[in-house]
Amino acid sequence: MREKTWVDGLLDYFLNSSTAVKVLASIIAIVGGLIVGLVIMLILDPSRAFAGFSTILFGLFRNGTQSIGNMLYYAVPIILTGLSVAFAFRTGLFNIGATGQLTFGAFFAVYVGVNWTFLGSFHWVVALLAGGLAGAFWGMIPGMLKAFRNVNEVVASIMLNYVAMYFSTLMVKTTIYNQSVARAFGPAESAQIPKGFFETLTNGSSLNYGLFVAFLVTAILHVILAKTTFGYQLKSVGFNRDASRYAGMNEKRNIILAMTIAGAVSGLAGAIMFLVPGRFLTIESNLLQEGFTGIAVSLLGLSSPIGVLIAGIFYGSLEIGGFYLQVTTQFVPELIEIIIAAIIYISALALFFQNIIYKTLKKRKDARLEATHE
Amino acid sequence: MSELFDTLNFLIPLIIASMVPLSLVALGGLFSERSGVVNIALEGIMVMGGFVGIVLMRTLVDSGLPLQLISLIGLITGALVGVLYAALHAFASVTMKSNQIISATALNLFAPALSVFIARIFYGTSNINLGGNYTIPEVPVLSSIPVLGPWLFTNAYLSTYLGIVIFAVAITFLYKTKLGLRIRACGENPQAADSLGVNVYKIRYLGVLISGALAGMGGVIFVLSFATRFQGTVAGFGFLALAVMIFGQWKPRGILLAAVFFATVRVIANAYTAIPGLQNISIPSEIYSMLPYIITLVVLAFASKNSRAPKAAGEPYDAGKR
Repeated sequence: MREKTWVDGLLDYFLNSSTAVKVLASIIAIVGGLIVGLVIMLILDPSRAFAGFSTILFGLFRNGTQSIGNMLYYAVPIILTGLSVAFAFRTGLFNIGATGQLTFGAFFAVYVGVNWTFLGSFHWVVALLAGGLAGAFWGMIPGMLKAFRNVNEVVASIMLNYVAMYFSTLMVKTTIYNQSVARAFGPAESAQIPKGFFETLTNGSSLNYGLFVAFLVTAILHVILAKTTFGYQLKSVGFNRDASRYAGMNEKRNIILAMTIAGAVSGLAGAIMFLVPGRFLTIESNLLQEGFTGIAVSLLGLSSPIGVLIAGIFYGSLEIGGFYLQVTTQFVPELIEIIIAAIIYISALALFFQNIIYKTLKKRKDARLEATHE
Repeated sequence: MSELFDTLNFLIPLIIASMVPLSLVALGGLFSERSGVVNIALEGIMVMGGFVGIVLMRTLVDSGLPLQLISLIGLITGALVGVLYAALHAFASVTMKSNQIISATALNLFAPALSVFIARIFYGTSNINLGGNYTIPEVPVLSSIPVLGPWLFTNAYLSTYLGIVIFAVAITFLYKTKLGLRIRACGENPQAADSLGVNVYKIRYLGVLISGALAGMGGVIFVLSFATRFQGTVAGFGFLALAVMIFGQWKPRGILLAAVFFATVRVIANAYTAIPGLQNISIPSEIYSMLPYIITLVVLAFASKNSRAPKAAGEPYDAGKR
């Protein structure tokens, strides 16, 4: 009789835990995405490909605490848009409108940041909240359309993304336009999110108190989903809308609230992105990519707030890698976007990978069991 | 009176130039959705088709081939690339039964990033110049027809005529052939189609690949008609085409009407300062630009109860669940 070893224990663990298998599928998506990036570099410029690739992976460790700080700085908006997408997803809604909510929030945050200088030391807090409120409003619209008119939230959000983009351009031009450089004014210094002790701690990185907002929102959404009746109802509506209604839950209210909260979180992301020195709202007709990157992070984080937090920080490290990629090799940082897109595509196939992982593990376990009985 | 004609002679070719790619790409969306696969990747497919098509055309310009032949090659290349790129969406959504929105989002992000990445490496900049003017100055004889001559046959694009032919062929295919009927059946009731021996998976592949061809070609047309260079984007045109398809209620004739309407709004947004009567009413161009999206939302809100959307669109087909 063969003794049970740690391998058996591990196999049992994975076979009994669907979360563990899903995490493994996320890791496969990340590795797959990185491989796509490497292959594209190898095809286009083999001589620099490996140098570039190691820069993406290890760029994070180049500049000590400053890089860590910047990694978190890049991660914060993506964590928030990721949370926004994930939260809606738990209610069975696909929030492809994060970019629109983010843009809408960003405009109002910057508007308050430029104009309401009388607020003194509360200025940045009010500007931040203005962004969150505006985002909430923009998220509520597809929620109401879905709840009352049964309009597909994906299509509605796509349309609203472009409305928000043109709205922001129009409002920037008519209210806070800096004619000489053809873009919006930056927020007043009192409206910039303070860096506080991060300044010295991370050796002058761009990291600011936005990080606490990301942590706070992660914690709040985690508690809502895991510990409250409201969260239970949201998840229930996500699993089966009709059954939830039958059980006496107000599914219309839940859908609207879920989208409103998702919108608020994206709006905060927009505020945090633009309430900093050196970044300005433009009048170019481009959707902000951060809303879409949130989809990747939400998928990798298995739509759980804490998973999204971890995946968002991973994204931040890629972004740092992309920064050094541009500095040290001739590759441009678009490679990071390519990798992100590949990760999303492979995540879409996640169910398939989960089945494969499960079957392979099962086979190995059966083989070991057989060996034990011989 | 002659001033009115001058204005129309200025506006109508612009409207036609917008209408052609809009209706073709929307038709692409229609083929995919009528076969049962939601395709919001039109934007990304346009970028991919446009990118490869334009790069090839730019390379061919130096060879001294006639410009219209080059533009034909570019359009066909765009369509082929669109088919290949859309195959990724078909693989994920049909074979792997994945979430169609997620797969399409990945394709929408991948195309601009890859095209900018490659362009920066090979051209040193993300802008690729077309290197030629592809309009047909005058079509012999036809350009002298009163009214229609200046609208359709002066400073025209090859893609306009090609687009009209493709649109006619596509409608005939969808409504008058057995395969067309099968495509429509797979989007409405795939179980019934399957029970009659139709291979739902193959038909859905076909629908998505046709949409890839149309969107890929639409990408090349977009760059040829509206830009002098390719910058890794089609500026939301693919999503506008999606709105055209919805506003047209998933029907070719509806798409045509919606395309006329949206194209007119789009032209007004870009050229209202040159239109007598509008230049005095100072409505900002952004208002016109957001109008198509708002109207689509309103239509969705008031028509979703009796929507014409294919019933099975977005649902992966699983023969085991029949």
